[in-house]
Amino acid sequence: MPKSSPSIDMTPMVDLAFLLVTFFMLSSSFRSDEAAVIDTPSSISDMIIPENVIMVSIDKDGRKFFGMSGKDEVKTRLLGSMAKKYNLKFTNEQVKEFVKMTNFGCDMKEMPAYLNLSSAERKNFKTTGIPADSLNNQLKDWIWYGNLEALSAGEEAFLEATDKGLEPEANDFKPKFILKVDGKAVYVRAKQVIDVFRDLNLNNLNFVTSLEHDPRKKE
Amino acid sequence: MAEIAESGGGGHDKGKKRAKKQSTKVDMTPMVDLAFLLLTFFVLTATFSKPKVMSLVYPAKPKDIEKVDIPEVNNAITFLLAEDRIFYYEGAFYPEGNAKGKPATTLEEANFGGGEGSVRELLAKLNHFVLEKKVTLDADLTSKKIADSTYTRMIREAKSANEALKVLIKTDNDATCKNFIDLIDELKIADIGVIAPVDIMQSELDLIKAKTVK
Repeated sequence: MPKSSPSIDMTPMVDLAFLLVTFFMLSSSFRSDEAAVIDTPSSISDMIIPENVIMVSIDKDGRKFFGMSGKDEVKTRLLGSMAKKYNLKFTNEQVKEFVKMTNFGCDMKEMPAYLNLSSAERKNFKTTGIPADSLNNQLKDWIWYGNLEALSAGEEAFLEATDKGLEPEANDFKPKFILKVDGKAVYVRAKQVIDVFRDLNLNNLNFVTSLEHDPRKKE
Repeated sequence: MAEIAESGGGGHDKGKKRAKKQSTKVDMTPMVDLAFLLLTFFVLTATFSKPKVMSLVYPAKPKDIEKVDIPEVNNAITFLLAEDRIFYYEGAFYPEGNAKGKPATTLEEANFGGGEGSVRELLAKLNHFVLEKKVTLDADLTSKKIADSTYTRMIREAKSANEALKVLIKTDNDATCKNFIDLIDELKIADIGVIAPVDIMQSELDLIKAKTVK
C-alpha cells in the first residue's frame, strides 16, 4: 500500500473562503452609529425603507432624535437655517461633525457643545432629546427646514434626471417621513411627534418595523 | 517565477548539486488565516434584513376644529389601548344617562394572537364584507378574469364602501408603541381601509380605569 501524504490539498476550501469573503465584503453596507439604541416592534409590512428620508426616532424613554438622509450640502444648509433661527454660530469643524452624524437628540443650545465632542463621548452625553412641546418646538423647526432642504435638493435632482431624458417620478424625489419608535416607548410620546408632523400638514408617516410572518400567507 | 537560485557560495568541491533546488510553493498559511478571519468578521456583522416600514396615513388636521362635526358612521368599532391590554366597543359611544336614552357603552376586552377572543377573530367577523369580496377578487385575478389595475381599484372601493368596517383607535397614557403597532398590524391583516387614530375622551378613560384597576 502506497504511503499517502499527511497533507491535504486545501485549495478548494481556500477558494471558497475567498469567494465568501468577497461576497460578504461587497454585500455588506456599514451602518453608521445612531445616537440611541431603538428596538422596533414587528409587523407584517414588507415595504422596504425608502432612500430619501427624514427620520424621527423615539427611544424607550421617550427622547426624540432627528436624522435625515441626503447629501452633505443639504445637511449643511439645514444647520445653517437652524443656526440663523436660533441665533447660533457654528465653526466649520462643527458643521463637518454635524454632517457626519446619522442622528442626534439634543437641545439647540447644547448643539455647539455636543458637536465638539468625539463620537465616542457623544454616547454618554446626557440629553433630554429634542424639545417638541408647544412652547419650545425645536423638532418642528428641524422637520420644517429639513423638509424644505430635501425638497429643493430633490427638485434639482428631478430636473437633472429630466435633462438626461429619463422620465422620473416626482414622488421619488420627495422626502419620506419615518418614525422609528421603540416598542417600549409610551405611545403618548410618539403622538407628540405625530402631531408635529400633522401640524406641518405632513400626514403620510411610516413606522419602522422588523418583519414578521404574515398569517394570511401559506407556509 | 518564485524560484530563486541560491547564490552559490563555494561548496561545489564535493561534486554535489550546486544549489539546493528550492520549492516553488509559497507558504500561504498566513494569508488563509487572514482570509478566514475576515470571513468570520463579515459573516458575524452582516445583517441581511433591511428594516421595513409600515405606512400609515393620518387624516389632515382640520383648520378650524370647532366647525368639524363628526359624521355618523354606521359600521365602526373603537379600540381602546391600555398598557398591554386592548378594549373595544362597537358603534358610537353612549355615556351613562345619555340624552338619547341608549344603554351606556360597556367595554369588551380582546387579546392579541390568533385564537379565541382575539382581535384577529373579531375583525374577521366584522369585516367579512371586505374579506369575502377580496376572496372573489383574488379568484378572479388568478383566473385572469380581471386586470391588476382593476383588482387594486376594486379592493380600494371595497375597503372604503359603506359596508366596510371603520376603525377608531384611542390610546390611554400608558399604552406603548408596541401595542399601537400590533393593533395597526392586525388591522392590516384584516384589510381595514379606514383607520383613524383619534384622541381619547375622559369618559372612555374612566371606563378603562374601571376595567384595569380590578
